[in-house]
Amino acid sequence: MLIPHPLLGPRDAVEFTYLGDASLLARPDGLAEGADAAFHDYVYLRDNPAGVHRELWYHEQGDRSWLVVTRNTVTHEILGAELARDVALAMRGAK
Amino acid sequence: MRFSALRVIKEALTGHKGWQPLWRNPDPQPAYDFVIVGGGGHGLATAYYLSTTFRKARIAVLEKGWLGQGNIGRNTTIIRSNYLLPGNQPFYEFSMKLWEGLEQAFNFNAMVSQRGIVNLFHSDGQRDAYRRRGNAVLLSGADAELLDRDQLRAMIPFLNFDNTRFPIKGGLSQRRAGTARHDGVAWGYARGADLAGVDLIQNCEVTGFRIAQGRVLGVETSRGYIGAGKVGVAVAGMTSQVMAKAGLRLPIESHVLQAFVSEGLKPVIPGVITFGAGHFYISQSDKGGLVFGGDIDGYNSYAQRGNLAVIEDVAEGGMALMPMIGRARLLRIWGGIMDMSMDGSPIIDRTPVEGLYLNAGWCYGGFKATPASGYAFAHLLATDTPHDTARAFRLDRFAKGHVIDEKGAGAQPNLH
Amino acid sequence: MTRLSGGLIDRSRTLSFTFNGRSYPGHPGDTLVSALLANDVRLVGRSFKYHRPRGVFSAGSEEPNALVTLGSGARAEPNTRATVAELFDGLEARSQNHAGPLGFDLLAVNDLLSPFLAAGFYYKTFMWPKAFWEKLYEPAIRRAAGLGSLSMQPDPDAYDKGFLHCDLLVIGAGPSGLSAALTAARAGAKVILADEDFRLGGRLLAESHTVDDAPATDWIAGVEAELASLPNLRLMRRTTVWGAFDHGIYGAVERVADHLPDPGAGVRQTLWRITARRVVLAAGATERHIPFANNDRPGILLAGAMRAYANRWAACPAQRVAIFTNNDDGHRTALDLLGKGVQVAAVVDTRPDATALGPYRTYPAAQVTNTWGRRGLTAIRVAHEGGSDWVTCDALGVSGGWNPNVHLASHQRGRPVWDAAAQAFLPGACPPGMIVAGAAAGQGSTHAALHSGAKAAQTALADLGIVANLPDLPRAEDTPLNLRPLWHVPGKRRAWVDFQNDVTVNDIALAHRENMRPVEHLKRWTTLGMATDQGKTANVTAIAVMADLTGQSIAATGTTIYRPPYTPVSLAVLGGGDTGAQFRPRRLTPTHPWAQAQGAVFVEVGPWMRAQYFPRPGETHWRQSVDREVLATRAGVGLCDVTTLGKVDVQGADAGVFLDRLYCNPMASLKVGMVRYGLMLREDGHVFDDGTCARLGAEHYVVTTTTAQAGPVFRQMEFARQCLWPDLDVHLISTTDAWAQISVAGPQARALLGRVVDGFDLSNAAFPFMACANLTVCGGLRARLFRISFSGELAYELAVPARYGAALMARLVDLGADLGATPYGTEALGVLRIEKGHAAGNELNGQTTAQMLGLGRMVSAKKDAIGTVMSRREGLVSDTRILVGLLPVDAAGPVVAGSHLFAEGAVQQTDTDQGWVTSACYSPHVGSSIGLGFLADGAARMGEVIVAANPLQRQNVRLRVVSPHFIDPDGGRLRD
Repeated sequence: MLIPHPLLGPRDAVEFTYLGDASLLARPDGLAEGADAAFHDYVYLRDNPAGVHRELWYHEQGDRSWLVVTRNTVTHEILGAELARDVALAMRGAK
Repeated sequence: MRFSALRVIKEALTGHKGWQPLWRNPDPQPAYDFVIVGGGGHGLATAYYLSTTFRKARIAVLEKGWLGQGNIGRNTTIIRSNYLLPGNQPFYEFSMKLWEGLEQAFNFNAMVSQRGIVNLFHSDGQRDAYRRRGNAVLLSGADAELLDRDQLRAMIPFLNFDNTRFPIKGGLSQRRAGTARHDGVAWGYARGADLAGVDLIQNCEVTGFRIAQGRVLGVETSRGYIGAGKVGVAVAGMTSQVMAKAGLRLPIESHVLQAFVSEGLKPVIPGVITFGAGHFYISQSDKGGLVFGGDIDGYNSYAQRGNLAVIEDVAEGGMALMPMIGRARLLRIWGGIMDMSMDGSPIIDRTPVEGLYLNAGWCYGGFKATPASGYAFAHLLATDTPHDTARAFRLDRFAKGHVIDEKGAGAQPNLH
Repeated sequence: MTRLSGGLIDRSRTLSFTFNGRSYPGHPGDTLVSALLANDVRLVGRSFKYHRPRGVFSAGSEEPNALVTLGSGARAEPNTRATVAELFDGLEARSQNHAGPLGFDLLAVNDLLSPFLAAGFYYKTFMWPKAFWEKLYEPAIRRAAGLGSLSMQPDPDAYDKGFLHCDLLVIGAGPSGLSAALTAARAGAKVILADEDFRLGGRLLAESHTVDDAPATDWIAGVEAELASLPNLRLMRRTTVWGAFDHGIYGAVERVADHLPDPGAGVRQTLWRITARRVVLAAGATERHIPFANNDRPGILLAGAMRAYANRWAACPAQRVAIFTNNDDGHRTALDLLGKGVQVAAVVDTRPDATALGPYRTYPAAQVTNTWGRRGLTAIRVAHEGGSDWVTCDALGVSGGWNPNVHLASHQRGRPVWDAAAQAFLPGACPPGMIVAGAAAGQGSTHAALHSGAKAAQTALADLGIVANLPDLPRAEDTPLNLRPLWHVPGKRRAWVDFQNDVTVNDIALAHRENMRPVEHLKRWTTLGMATDQGKTANVTAIAVMADLTGQSIAATGTTIYRPPYTPVSLAVLGGGDTGAQFRPRRLTPTHPWAQAQGAVFVEVGPWMRAQYFPRPGETHWRQSVDREVLATRAGVGLCDVTTLGKVDVQGADAGVFLDRLYCNPMASLKVGMVRYGLMLREDGHVFDDGTCARLGAEHYVVTTTTAQAGPVFRQMEFARQCLWPDLDVHLISTTDAWAQISVAGPQARALLGRVVDGFDLSNAAFPFMACANLTVCGGLRARLFRISFSGELAYELAVPARYGAALMARLVDLGADLGATPYGTEALGVLRIEKGHAAGNELNGQTTAQMLGLGRMVSAKKDAIGTVMSRREGLVSDTRILVGLLPVDAAGPVVAGSHLFAEGAVQQTDTDQGWVTSACYSPHVGSSIGLGFLADGAARMGEVIVAANPLQRQNVRLRVVSPHFIDPDGGRLRD
């Protein structure tokens, strides 16, 4: 597979380490009420879609960027990639 | 019809005219007491034990394609009971015992072959971990042996002992482990279940569940609505998709695992061998193909196919471990969808929907579990209590912290 | 000799080769099979199940029968398709899978037993008595199964891997591929043209057609010359593109030296990973046969192959041949053979309106219903409108039409689509970026192939914004096949569909009777298409036969899944050169050359090579060296390279806040100039890693990790920085390789260090336990000093830029001679830490909690660090196992890691298991073996005697539960 790195262009997927669903960006507040249940869902439950999936890849053998890659899990087609940091910052802004 | 050598001879002499279909092709009835979703190994085994051992009737297995289409039809056929953790090992040993009597029980030669497994280790730390595991296996009543380098040299002389990056220091062996003919297992269970009256319905995809007041009433299918007293789901790979139709979100990701077979060769590999310093395991089929595999590709996938990097990685492991296979040729690569669970262990449990039961999360080790999984799931469906050896496979273990994490990899499915 | 005239062989040179020990001549340009045919060798192998005599069936990589073992010794290569083995001088080949000589295979008895060996018979028997399977039945089956044999010796040749990139990859160099490559290359695109053959031209080489009224080879030579002149085109002969992977990545194998008598020191084969923006698949088509009774005798082959042997290789299996066809193509073979002086006994044509295209006898509306000839064809039975005749002939060409080679087009699960007009499966949904051209797309005439290839290239390049002009294509034949489908000749006798695996029409009928009707069941029940050819000449025919039985259409019956590789690929080339000692890279520590010079013994620690111990003259056992190193450290001072532990520099205004969220214990409160032990959890609450965290400045921390987790910890830190808390001002860099770090441990550590630091106050007051500082050593060398201890002794870790590591180590050993300075390796390191009760890899195995390490109180409830919430789950909190020390009651008793712990007198089984020994060693300090372990309720059981069971090695050892700190439990030495 080739990952379209937003800064570096297409890079072979072997340079990356895969983590999983980009919902891992939305870490709950550990000090909030109900954190136990929130963390259970965050750590363990996944939508696991057959189709478009937003997922985290780490350019470990490259520039160390974490990326949010949008990829179809049925066809492996990649629809886009963003810096996870930008996505995370936008999520904060949206809050 | 009972299969036997005599029967084969009689049919041979009479032009094979008397063979009957291995199973019927029934049309679905309006309702069943038990509907098993998924005609793969675990689903068929569940129906078999439910109908034979637990003496239940009015059972259907619904399969969206052909029987045995799932991972039972595309795995590397290894059976073993050499797990570390008490949540797992008694279950897999129970499975091994079922394997040992399976063919006579369902009157079908599934070529269960106990030619043994050797898991190699390459460091002192690995040796200590294997010793812990081997002892756990022995303490559970199963068999295990710790082999040193000299014993291994005598037993498997073609391993690369001398020119290696990670020298072989020894191995953990289980003699009762081995392989079985994967399709034969599916067919044996299917035929046995069919003979016991189970309706095996192919080309019947479940498209939804009918649920009222928190209780399942039946399933919507591509062949119409089918009422059900209880519904058991065993659809490895597609678990998240199917259970989402019942409103459930699960601790499972779907990943692709590639597997490999070489051209046919005269026998060279005695049993199953696993490399401890790379992702590679290998056996040889009765037909002569080297059957081998390695790690999952590592990304979520429903594609049933993988990529080149893992193919190279597996071949590197194989060549590093046994360079005499270099002139064998790879014949075929395939991919299956694995239910990778969050702790690497399976789920056999009720669900929050009454009457809906789940058998899932086998990662890439479900084949060896087929008999016990079917038996334990049938037990749960028939009695509403978990089978003794499957008590740990609860869905709430993640919330409660009773995970069964053999590898210690944590909540990251692609590391299990 | 059946060598004909003409052909693309170089008769000026004669090559000598052997088959089954007998020597034969051949010529450059021959394949093994063409040379054998030219020498009248027709019997080349035996079938898999019935051991029927078999001859060559095809002229290409689809060959099911002519499999031989090539070469000898460690280079012996089983199952080689002789049809594509390029002849060279000295080639050795042997037939395989027979007992006794090829001509008198004892296993041919299976053929007589064939009624008992029908499809799936083995599933129905061999079950009694149960124990006989492994002991009797299976070994016999295994011996009989398989094809060729491996040498059992390591592959001696070199292999390589490479990467290529292009705008357009053209797969296949037949007429469509050549015209595609020419079109694209002329447009300036970066083109790769790959073909499995050693000669360009594909099917054109097999035909007598003219192109632009001249021999096709003239046109090929012209194109080849032009392609060679274009620097933007890379021509890859002997290269099989075998797999289509995601995003335009194709796997290809170039057979660099397989055609050479001696591969020499060069590479035998190369695995190419080709990344192509666009692809034209011009893989051609494979002829199919028509099953009829006894259609597997040597001498019966595909008509197109017969033509190829005659035209390209000037060889023919016999002087007198017949043809069986359902289309005009069969007649072309008859014509070409006649033109070469071969006698054509008859053309048996299934079509009622068949007419001869030349001076030979044609049977219209006729079928071949049986054949004769034990080890080679001698006659065929022809049923025709007027009755039935025996026609004598020594070879029969069979033509049932052509199957497009859709394999690569289907590698991404796009199923081929049945085309009723073409009577063939055509490519369905192709991998993105692929266009199929020529015969692979059902465009089988030379004219159509040339045009579709050029058009495909033009279309593909237009996608990339490259304008390509269609070339002026030469005049070429454009004749239709006029095929009338016939899928098998009905009859009771065995008619083979899959030759190699001995699957007959009767087997398919049996599968139908037994309800194994879906194509996947058919395949699995009968083993159809599971041979080394993956059913290239069998599958479509079998599907049609099954469709006929079920009454379903061929389209509805469908195909099985096409999987890589297109043709089998050697495992060695897939491994490339990354085998043996080169399997994985080796990371060396900065002091490695120094340690080598000291005669150290090294050990693999993950990717690293570390000094395990430093034997001295007179020491004959590793324990002597290790005991000495341990005692020397505890008595004087020991030196150990600990560079492999991960180091991460953390800088920024929010560095403290950031680390507070990563470690379960507080770090923001750490004072500048001090170090704190830190524990990181995974988000699931289990221990991730431990290490130290040093604060060198207000906004500067240095984190250390274990060797094993250096990568994962850094990954997690980057995840936390970029994904979880991107608003924090913090920056990270891994400095593991930048700093050489040496542990200086023992009562004389301060004295020794005092000799290298540049005026730095090492006194306890100025630089206490857990202090850290930037400083210089050895007269101006920048360094970092940490007063931390893994051994339990007064100890420091001194870091200098990596390139000075070896020199620093040498100087410390040198300067410390009078203090007893002793280098120690990982073994002594392990003993020292077990004696001190520090957790390491065996304890931190991913299943451990902070509580189990006795560090539960480190998990701060006041802050939200990774893993804190989940560490409070009931299952983790209720686990009473805790790290304890273990001492043998009998001092001579062994303590063995991996033993399980039981209460004394308890039954030893899974449900009474109370823990296990994690680490063990001989402690020269204690004078016995000692161990660490996790024990249920361990905290409350100090002094209790328990049993360590190691049934693997039949050991039961009584151990006393003690504190895990075998030395200096109060830590006085650390603070000395």
